[in-house]
Amino acid sequence: METLFFAIISLVAIVSAILVVCCKNPINSALSLILTFFCLATFYVMLDAPFMAAVQVMVYAGAIMVLIVFTIMLLNIRVNASKAQMHKLLLGSAIGFFTLLNTVVIILKSRAALPNGPYSSSVIKQVGHTELIGREMFTNFLLPFEVTSILLLVAIVGAVILAKKKI
Amino acid sequence: MENLNAYLIISAILFSIGTVGVLTRKNAIVIFMCIELMLNAVNLTFVALSRHLGNLDGQVFVFFVMTVAAAEAAVGLALMISFYNNRESIDVDDMNLMKW
Repeated sequence: METLFFAIISLVAIVSAILVVCCKNPINSALSLILTFFCLATFYVMLDAPFMAAVQVMVYAGAIMVLIVFTIMLLNIRVNASKAQMHKLLLGSAIGFFTLLNTVVIILKSRAALPNGPYSSSVIKQVGHTELIGREMFTNFLLPFEVTSILLLVAIVGAVILAKKKI
Repeated sequence: MENLNAYLIISAILFSIGTVGVLTRKNAIVIFMCIELMLNAVNLTFVALSRHLGNLDGQVFVFFVMTVAAAEAAVGLALMISFYNNRESIDVDDMNLMKW
């Protein structure tokens, strides 16, 4: 049952990812990308990471995609019918296919290390995923977490300066 | 679902689709969305391996990747808006000021 569910979700994720690349209209690409993000959130739930799924839906499918759709509508870009050059398309597809082949060969040939950490499925279910992530983030990863706030501040200032005509 | 390889292969497929999109499309916003797709594929790898190894470090990294993606979205879209104000276009082929 779970395998069937996994197969369906992966199929939807891959098809919508292909639609992101193939759609002529950027709005359609954006909507397909939202569908892909929801599929990834489902994967996170299946991997016992409900907090990550919630953040995925709120930050990616919510905030970032709203920003992208807003920009597309603000700029009101015409869908130009200029044809992509054939050699560009062929070269890009070849490189993508080679990347995929290379990665799949490496994944199938290699073996991941055996589980060695303390957080098994039962521990996560018992303590709660959010609490475990919070503990990890505010003890071992406190400095990166603080640096992240500086990054966000710089991004806010940069966005305002770039988008405004007169400061 | 304990099958690690299935998740890694799905992630590789999504990453490759994103690569093809970045290399073949011309609209800067679509390229930007393909980059987001690639970032998400990497996130899926992080979460799958973190779950497999029983170690939560990977999921904290996913959190940081999402922060970087949000900052990138804010700055990148502001850049596109200011480029559109100058050139009336969002095509990457028009971004040729520094071309010889």
